[in-house]
Amino acid sequence: MPALPLDEAGRYVAGAYVAFVMLVVFYVVIIGVKVSRMERELERLKQPGEHWRR
Amino acid sequence: MVVYGKGLRPLAASATVAVAVAFSLVFFYAPMDADQGFVQKIFYLHVPMAIVALCGFVAAGVMAIRHLRSGDRSWDMRSYVAIHLSIILGVGVLVTGSIWAKASWGHWWVWDEPTLVSFLIVFLLYCTYPPLRFSIEDAERQARCASVFAITAGAFVPFNFLAVRLAEAYTHPRVLSATGGQMPGSMRLTFLVSLVAMALLFTTLWKLELTAKNLARELRGLRRSAERAAGGEGAPARAAPDTPTRGAAVTATATPPRGS
Repeated sequence: MPALPLDEAGRYVAGAYVAFVMLVVFYVVIIGVKVSRMERELERLKQPGEHWRR
Repeated sequence: MVVYGKGLRPLAASATVAVAVAFSLVFFYAPMDADQGFVQKIFYLHVPMAIVALCGFVAAGVMAIRHLRSGDRSWDMRSYVAIHLSIILGVGVLVTGSIWAKASWGHWWVWDEPTLVSFLIVFLLYCTYPPLRFSIEDAERQARCASVFAITAGAFVPFNFLAVRLAEAYTHPRVLSATGGQMPGSMRLTFLVSLVAMALLFTTLWKLELTAKNLARELRGLRRSAERAAGGEGAPARAAPDTPTRGAAVTATATPPRGS
């Protein structure tokens, strides 16, 4: 197939790069939310007696 | 995060810089391909992602060997995270590959193309890893079976790669070869920087997920200690096992006993 014109090829290239960025961002956000939630709970549990008294 | 994520910040910073440099080289330095034109820019994303994903699968096999040899479960955890991340990158490879195929060949997928189909086979093979792993309840057995799978499948990856190379019918572009391929220097440099950036990104995300898993494990341990300290009165009976269970990191919410 002949090379696509720039405007048409640009859509495909943008699609590929945006898909990649979205994949990484989703992954980082999911792990980040989990880690921050666990960190908060860890801090709470590390305070002796605090957690179980409530 | 502070304890387990040691070295994560500099690693994340270097990965971010490397990805930014790679993207800059792709769009402002690498020349336009004479044959494919602008669409060829996908190559700098798609190929490094595929290489890193396949290397991740092989690395997971090596980590699984270390687990079986030493009995140290942390190697099983590393192997699991490497496979998980490689599967995610595999999704990226399939998506970007399909976009590139549509732009270059006019089809989203070509079934008689060995490279595409072989990658799909490897991807689907590894997609069976999580269900296999989490279908086993006993922690020791789970880790051992997962390691055996990781080793067997990890050995299959280079074998599969060689088989594709030996296949005769090629429509998929072959840019890396023993003779160095047909890439000019600027394209080669851009490709290598992209490969390094992808490897750094993989390592950063691998470490990030390991940090999350270790944190979840410590949380489970602390929760058990807290339950014991509470004298078992009204403490929740569902002590999580000290093993990488799928839901543990997600549903790690303590349910403190009321009024104890």
